[in-house]
Amino acid sequence: MSLLKELCKKVFTKSIWVYHANSGGCNGCDIEVLNVLTPYYDAERFGIRLVGSPRHADVMLCQGPASRPTAKALRRAYEAMAAPKLVFAIGSCACGGGIWYDTYNVIGPVEKVIPVHFYIPGCPPRPEAIIFGVAVALGLVEKKVSPVTFKQLEMPIARYHPEDLIEKDGMVVYQRMDHV
Amino acid sequence: MSLLSKAKEAVLCLKAGVVTLPYPAEAEPVPQGFRGRPVFDAAKCIGCAGCANNCPAREILLFDRSQEVRVLRYLGRRCTYCGRCADVCPEKAITMSTEFETATNDIKDLRQEIEIFMGTCQRCGRCFKEPGPLEALMMKGYRKDDIGSERWVYRSQSYLDDEPTVRDIEIELD
Repeated sequence: MSLLKELCKKVFTKSIWVYHANSGGCNGCDIEVLNVLTPYYDAERFGIRLVGSPRHADVMLCQGPASRPTAKALRRAYEAMAAPKLVFAIGSCACGGGIWYDTYNVIGPVEKVIPVHFYIPGCPPRPEAIIFGVAVALGLVEKKVSPVTFKQLEMPIARYHPEDLIEKDGMVVYQRMDHV
Repeated sequence: MSLLSKAKEAVLCLKAGVVTLPYPAEAEPVPQGFRGRPVFDAAKCIGCAGCANNCPAREILLFDRSQEVRVLRYLGRRCTYCGRCADVCPEKAITMSTEFETATNDIKDLRQEIEIFMGTCQRCGRCFKEPGPLEALMMKGYRKDDIGSERWVYRSQSYLDDEPTVRDIEIELD
């Protein structure tokens, strides 16, 4: 990964040209990506420019899950890009398949069809989140998320023992009530 | 004439000022009611699986290692941040944070996992979820009728509380 980062620093010193591939999304992420290019977020000050052909592009922005009719076209668009190339998966659909990840028409996340280097989750991600993802890819900032695992090591309450139930005065009473 | 109109346009453009947000340099505040990624509070979680049963993307997975150990895993990769898990959580262990800078190069970074001990319920083992707006319209679950004046209250419990559980209505009003 560090090799890729070094390569990024060398290759993308001036500007990255992005190609915008939608393989069956709902257009929500498309609109957010176009929002990044508006004067409000103005991605062109970082040299990010939208190009119309994958042959001109350094980075492919994938939106939408890989669906059965579009998977082949997505693969061809990826192969048409000149190396070194990066693929960004933008949105929940491209990262994990979206809500309809197991539908008959959806193959799954785009990483099942093409290799994905960076993930920007969100439904849709904010324009700031997309800019942050590009900054992470270029090595300008560190990523902020890490997996969280919590494990309880001992039982927080005393265990209930049914064998301690005794009958007293016509009622069922727990013998070790004061211990619980 | 055209030179004059161009000069006029230049004046207009200079008057408009700079609209570009200084996002990467300084932090951008999120709008009111923004839902970022959910954060699971392991200290409050009771492992009732209400979130897993209500997740539309079915990405909160449960695995019972034994009768008393339950593993709850949030994948995070296909989460749509709908907030349904936070709505149904009876212990309010899930909060929708305003965190959106979750871009990563490894999808497993988004994972949250809780492994807790379970007490076996002596009666039913079921969990009750709070009524959402649709359930309230269907008049199921708990109701709080006006006992004092002996009349129906044709509303859900969530509207009677001080803290409404439904945030989507506020977002639509904005």
